[in-house]
Amino acid sequence: MSDKQTLVVIGNGMVGQNFLVSLMESEISEQYEVVTFCEEPRPAYDRVHLTEYFSGKTADQLSMVEEGFFENNNITIHIGDKAESINLAEKLVISQQGVEIRYDKLVLATGSVPFVPPIQGKDRAKCLVYRTIEDLEAITTAAEHSKAGAVIGGGLLGLEAAKALTDLGLKTHVIQFSHRLMSAQLDDGGALLLKQKIEALGVSVHTNRNTIEIVDGEQHHNKLVFADGDELETDLVIFSAGIRPRDEIARACGLKVGQRGGIVIDNQCRTSDPDVYAIGECAVWENQVFGLVAPGYNMARTVVADLAGDAAEFEGADMSTKLKLNGVDVASIGDALANTEGCMTYTYQNGQEGIYKRLVVSGDGQKLLGAVLVGEASGYGTLLQYCLNDIDLPENPDSLILPHRSDESVGLGPDALPESAQICSCYDVSKGAVCSAIEGGCRTVADLKGETQAATGCGGCAALLKSVLDCELEKAGLEVNTDICEHFSYTRTDLYNIVMVEEIKTFDELIEKHGQGRGCEICRQAVGSILASYWNDYILEKSHLSLQDTNDTYLANMQKDGTYSVVPRMTGGEVTPDMLIALGEIAKKYGLYTKVTGGQRIDLFGARVDQLPLIWQELIDAGYESGHAYGKSLRTVKSCVGSTWCRFGVDDSVGLAVELENRYKGLRAPHKIKFAVSGCTRECAEAQGKDIGVIATEGGWNLYVCGNGGMKPRHADLFATNLDKETLIKYIDRVLIFYVRTAERLQRTSVWMENMEGGLDYLKSVVIDDKLGIGENLETQMQHVIDTYQCEWKTTIADEEKLKRFRHFINSDEQDDNVLFVEERGQIRPATEEEHQHLKIAEEA
Amino acid sequence: MTEQDWIDICSVDDLQPDSGVCALVKDKQIAVFYMPKEQAVFAINNYDPFGKANVLSRGMIGDLNGAPMVASPLYKQHFNLQTGECLDDPEVSVEAYSIRINNGRVEVSL
Ligand code: SRM
Ligand SMILES: Cc1cc2nc3c(=O)[nH]c(=O)nc-3n(C[C@H](O)[C@H](O)[C@H](O)COP(=O)(O)OP(=O)(O)OC[C@H]3O[C@@H](n4cnc5c(N)ncnc54)[C@H](O)[C@@H]3O)c2cc1C
Ligand code: SF4
Ligand code: FES
Repeated sequence: MSDKQTLVVIGNGMVGQNFLVSLMESEISEQYEVVTFCEEPRPAYDRVHLTEYFSGKTADQLSMVEEGFFENNNITIHIGDKAESINLAEKLVISQQGVEIRYDKLVLATGSVPFVPPIQGKDRAKCLVYRTIEDLEAITTAAEHSKAGAVIGGGLLGLEAAKALTDLGLKTHVIQFSHRLMSAQLDDGGALLLKQKIEALGVSVHTNRNTIEIVDGEQHHNKLVFADGDELETDLVIFSAGIRPRDEIARACGLKVGQRGGIVIDNQCRTSDPDVYAIGECAVWENQVFGLVAPGYNMARTVVADLAGDAAEFEGADMSTKLKLNGVDVASIGDALANTEGCMTYTYQNGQEGIYKRLVVSGDGQKLLGAVLVGEASGYGTLLQYCLNDIDLPENPDSLILPHRSDESVGLGPDALPESAQICSCYDVSKGAVCSAIEGGCRTVADLKGETQAATGCGGCAALLKSVLDCELEKAGLEVNTDICEHFSYTRTDLYNIVMVEEIKTFDELIEKHGQGRGCEICRQAVGSILASYWNDYILEKSHLSLQDTNDTYLANMQKDGTYSVVPRMTGGEVTPDMLIALGEIAKKYGLYTKVTGGQRIDLFGARVDQLPLIWQELIDAGYESGHAYGKSLRTVKSCVGSTWCRFGVDDSVGLAVELENRYKGLRAPHKIKFAVSGCTRECAEAQGKDIGVIATEGGWNLYVCGNGGMKPRHADLFATNLDKETLIKYIDRVLIFYVRTAERLQRTSVWMENMEGGLDYLKSVVIDDKLGIGENLETQMQHVIDTYQCEWKTTIADEEKLKRFRHFINSDEQDDNVLFVEERGQIRPATEEEHQHLKIAEEA
Repeated sequence: MTEQDWIDICSVDDLQPDSGVCALVKDKQIAVFYMPKEQAVFAINNYDPFGKANVLSRGMIGDLNGAPMVASPLYKQHFNLQTGECLDDPEVSVEAYSIRINNGRVEVSL
């Protein structure tokens, strides 16, 4: 046994996991053997974004655990095993499955459970809660044969659940005990407006309703009976009436618990036993339970510091919040209800536009104590900073909530914030930390997210983070240089627009009018790609030739020894035996190495440049076309066999794959584009790993966008469901041309979408709702590309002039004597450097 | 340099505008580049010392900080077309040769 101490963590939820991560980042991690119990069937996931599970996020995507985290850090995790009892005297933890561990230090991070009021009938079928992935699965199942749902509880979470139920297609009700929604965070005026906004989403709000019983319904599965005798029929019932800390294990072993539950902790997060800590929603500090992640993370950091012997204190937490509902802006800051003695309030109300804002200000008018924002919450970040950092208010505090007139300064610039101002509360990132990350080279919000974790939690601080970034860059005189290269002071998108607006057709014209010098491989390729996707001329035309990368100029991929590979198109991965035989014959004749690619087609390697036209002539005669493996363009549309043969297939995935590949083949783009089509949800074509993925369902095609494999795999996002083919193709046309127009060079669709302001929702609004009014224009451009498609190899072979380039020497028919092959597993491969030496010596001898 | 040293390779029409070709001269592989706007021609060795293959003639050309250059098609290092120096690694260079256009013919001198 090692001389390490044993540290046991009970509960692997958001806070438990955050504690493990903080611990591993600290030096003291080496002193501990760490063991954690995880009651749920999977390690920690992002509960804050749980609702996104309904819009297609998978359990994997919600996971908060980096791959290999437990293995790499030697943490033992008992998944699906609940810690059942603690023996404080012997320092033992015993689990349901019989694991028994002696600890030196114990951390309780058992979270909370939704509170279910003791109503008769609360355990009836379809009466559920909203806390775990399993809960959401149960809700999905229960919703399948239901028409109506009721959420009991009109707080933050209840409203989120209600929105989810409407998205599931249910007629939804919210039942609120008190007379207003979000009663802990909003005043009457704000709550009234919020009610209107929630009702506009199609949710019926019932206030002042005390549910006393749930019984059989007549039209629906359940019926709610209220204290005043009223009734409401519904199928689903979701309880969201607050949370109760999970203190049962602590209570049973004799740790001190609060009057209304929760494990009592001190400023170091220690429980009544000094070797036992409690953090997150299971803990109660000064009679308060904190139902948000940020305070939990704060407690986690406090414990790590305490273990390390550093002074650290948990000092309570700010409970300001924003509601995460699309289209409903609501925020509550600090003392929103104006409970502070002697405080004053300012209220701005605009009934027409549906805006309500209230400031709660200290009696002397100097400090902001709290605020309520409904209908327009863009000032949240600024107001929160005033409140948290005790910043002096401007002379007329109401200017902070009044609609601003052009000559007035708007609120608080990020410059006015002290270094210590907390920008991101989820990850406790201060303005100072953001600034030093910027000094260290971060230039975009994405950089900052990666470097500091700011804005990667609830996302509420993203706008503020961006404004700090912009302000700092400006102060440093650093305009972020987005020029494509030294020859053009433009981004790729700018250049695309210039080409479109001025109808520019050649690189020379563009660089003469808008650039300088002769160009380089970066701008030449980028402009080559722009011209090709806009005009779709033959890429080897004299004026375009010098814009193509080597692979494009020779219409083949250069390999390490200067030879090329040949990849004919095999639409959807489908090939007839005769075509396959022809391919085999050609490969054999030219002695080419033959391999099946990862893109469901066949690659022939080792062709010399002078052999390329000969090989392609034969391929074209056999019925093949260029596969564009050399271009930043559509590559392959992978398919699974689909309903034609597969017993589970719902629709003809091969047929659709072939059709899509033929439609988009030849389309030039900022980077390569890959598709796949699966015939059912088993997803054998891996469509969710592609730029464009299509999956057949009983109701039509589901479209996924912006996924990829490669260096940084990203699952595609569900874009639209149950589409007929016509709509599917319309959406794909629009997504692709919008990508072609607006992405930076060498940006795959995934990165493009992630960098787009508004992300997926924005893309949907452009493509589905045609928010920019360019839908038809995008389709027209795609149609032009489709109409002007040509097989580049066919065109090349028919052109004597072009063929002249396909020889190694301009003045001799000899071949490159540096290309040498040896045999391996019955085929050729390039000789290694060593083999080169040997072969040369042998030749000379 | 006497007139005798110039070796005829090909006609200007055989060159590719803003691009390269490869010529075999006395057993040497010479990459020849052509910029029609300036009527400029350049010649360097075709062997890419990084990629260890005869491919430089198939790279893309242009200029960097005013110097005419070719980017290797394999790993994209840049070589000065006038001097053969690698712009990304001062330790490395390839041979550069004199080249001219003479009465519509392209000639090099090794
Ligand atoms: C031949 C092939 C490997 C094989 O033997 O299976 C291959 C070969 C190359 N891949 Fe690939 N990739 C091949 C399938 C894939 C796949 C699998 C797929 O398409 O389903 C992926 C992951 C999926 C994806 O792209 O999202 C893939 C991700 C990459 C990446 C990483 C892209 C990324 O966004 O991270 C690169 C690098 C790049 O493009 O910058 C790359 C680059 C390359 C290059 C171009 C590298 C190079 O510069 O030489 C290779 C060209 C070889 C050639 O001459 O054809 N290849 N490559 C596959 C050809 C498929 C085809 O039929 O066209
Ligand atoms: C739908 C939803 C939306 C939310 N939105 C927000 C938001 O926008 N902003 C915000 O700040 N917060 C939000 N929250 C609250 C946030 O998720 C919680 O504050 C956070 O998850 C608390 O973390 P925790 O680790 O304390 O508890 P949990 O995440 O619940 O983790 C506790 C874990 O311990 C396990 N466990 C319990 N007892 C045992 C045992 N004896 N043995 C082993 N394991 C055990 C539990 O199964 C659970 O997995 C939201 C919550 C929900 C449900
Ligand atoms: S994974 Fe790497 S080595 Fe393999 S084909 Fe792709 S790029 Fe080449
Ligand atoms: S405040 Fe939640 S992510 Fe920054």
